[in-house]
Amino acid sequence: MSVLVNENTKVIVQGITGHQGQFHSRSMKEFGTKVVGGVTPGKGGTAVDGIPVFDTVREAVEQTGADASCVFVPAPFAKDAVFEAIEAGVKLITVITEHIPFLDTMQFVSYAKMKNVRIIGPNCPGITAPGRCKIGIMPSKIFARGRTGVISRSGTLTYEIVNMLTEHGQGQSTCIGIGGDPFIGTNFVEALELFEEDKETERIVMVGEIGGTAEEEAALYIKEHVTKPVVAYIAGRSAPPGKRMGHAGAIISRGMGTAESKVRSLEAAGVSVASLPVEIPELL
Amino acid sequence: MKLFEYRGKELMSRYGIPVPQGRVVSSPDEIDEMKAPGVLKAQVLVGGRGKAGGIKFASSVEEARKVAAQLLGMSIHGERVRRLLIEERLNVAKELYFSYTLDRSSRSIVMMASAEGGMEIESVEPSKIAIRQMPPFGYTPFITRTLQKQLKLNPSLLAQMEDIAKKLYTLFITEDCELAEINPLVITSDGKMVAADAKITVNDDALFRHPEFSEDVDDLTPLELKAKKESIAFVQLDGDIGVIANGAGLTMATLDMLSSRGGKAGVFLDLGGTDDPEKVAKAFALMKEANPRVIFLNIFGGITKCDTVALGVKEAISREHIDIPVVARIRGVNEAEAKEILNSIGIVATTDMREAASRAVEAGR
Repeated sequence: MSVLVNENTKVIVQGITGHQGQFHSRSMKEFGTKVVGGVTPGKGGTAVDGIPVFDTVREAVEQTGADASCVFVPAPFAKDAVFEAIEAGVKLITVITEHIPFLDTMQFVSYAKMKNVRIIGPNCPGITAPGRCKIGIMPSKIFARGRTGVISRSGTLTYEIVNMLTEHGQGQSTCIGIGGDPFIGTNFVEALELFEEDKETERIVMVGEIGGTAEEEAALYIKEHVTKPVVAYIAGRSAPPGKRMGHAGAIISRGMGTAESKVRSLEAAGVSVASLPVEIPELL
Repeated sequence: MKLFEYRGKELMSRYGIPVPQGRVVSSPDEIDEMKAPGVLKAQVLVGGRGKAGGIKFASSVEEARKVAAQLLGMSIHGERVRRLLIEERLNVAKELYFSYTLDRSSRSIVMMASAEGGMEIESVEPSKIAIRQMPPFGYTPFITRTLQKQLKLNPSLLAQMEDIAKKLYTLFITEDCELAEINPLVITSDGKMVAADAKITVNDDALFRHPEFSEDVDDLTPLELKAKKESIAFVQLDGDIGVIANGAGLTMATLDMLSSRGGKAGVFLDLGGTDDPEKVAKAFALMKEANPRVIFLNIFGGITKCDTVALGVKEAISREHIDIPVVARIRGVNEAEAKEILNSIGIVATTDMREAASRAVEAGR
């Protein structure tokens, strides 16, 4: 089994008629994902690549039986879109959109928890279970099905690492891009929990970066609850404090969030930490 | 975006939080009255202002003008003082710390308070800071009541504390803050609570809802500010290799790779998921202004195709007249085509990140 998604996951794309929405809906479909519908207010009744477009998420869910959504809606309207998906009964919402105000994210993440809905992201590349389902914007060609679970705060760096794993014959069970924002729906601990339970996953690669204490919390969780081997890489060892390194969440502030602290905690939990991404396949 | 103290206090006052009476001046001549005794505070965004001599007292117009002339010529930790906030001097009985901020772990807003006000909160012993997680549905007064003992607050002051806590929370939410801090929150000798300082950081991603802040400056370098206006993730560092990569994580990993080879990045530039020649050209123009010894281009093509990025680079280099040497590492979709394009303009591109990093470090010496 894969994690969170599988060959039966039915996906709708919110913001399907935009440039990104169209491009990636096509790519998801080619990957084999069941993209059953799209939502763009005012464009109901049209179609994108044969995918029917609806005005509201409720209509889309009623008519297609979708259980997952991929959100490409621009930042100022993203909160509304996520609330709409939660209300319509969607159980897995992947938010690709970058630059969503923190308070908006906090609101929809709290509401999702109340309604028992899983959010991935925002500001993330999505989730991919090779051979079964891809929700989001990850490049399809880098994946191979296998037994390594990947969890990452980054986008391109994840592709680079997955590509290396594939070249080294280490296929993936599922790859989750949890997102580069300080507030996210699914954090490392929650993702680790899923991979620990997943029978297909034998080992886990964790790609963290400076900022916050999510990796330290993950280390504590690994020590107590994770039996599978974990290899980690932390980006930003050479980043100075007080500077936001591209991701909204990648900032060392008030002495918190340094790479050293994360590496130390992970190593203390028995995790092999690569000092450069190229070392990951060797450490597995 | 950090707001200057005087802007923060304007906001607080608008929300009904008591602040000292004051006015802002940008030259000594603007001072025409002085209710003695007064305080002159340099308006800068960097911390440690008091210790650096950025706060002075005066008791006459003449003295205030003299002090103002001194302060306005100063630089505090590299930041020039352009404005002063002149305020009435408070009769301080006690100084508290009070703030709201965002907590990543609990994914919520937290209230922080301490009886040890007036110094940087980082230097206060953690056991002396009360932290309360706010419920997702908004402010509720009991949270403030739970602080009374820890703050050693006289019961007669509780109503004022609750009022300030509630109003600052409304400000925090309405103005999309990351931090709203009152330090010190002064209790005057006649039993009034006053916000003697104001530190407010507004979430950059929410600025579209707050156009009134667009005129404020940030604690960025002029080049960083320029990049921000062009929506390019750009950070100036103290090394001499200019790094351009696609994706924040990969850009950070590139910095790490360089430092493992004994090099030091001078610029962090994340191209993001774009291969738009316009944006690539802007990126190279910024890089040229930063003037590194060598540019290290690190591209992984997944969704973005390597060859279209390479075409953008080729165009940017001729258009922006870039004569800084470029070392490239290209991997992913259409990698061979990209290498050919770069070769045609004299840039050697390799696949191996370690090898490319070593060459960039070498070229930067």
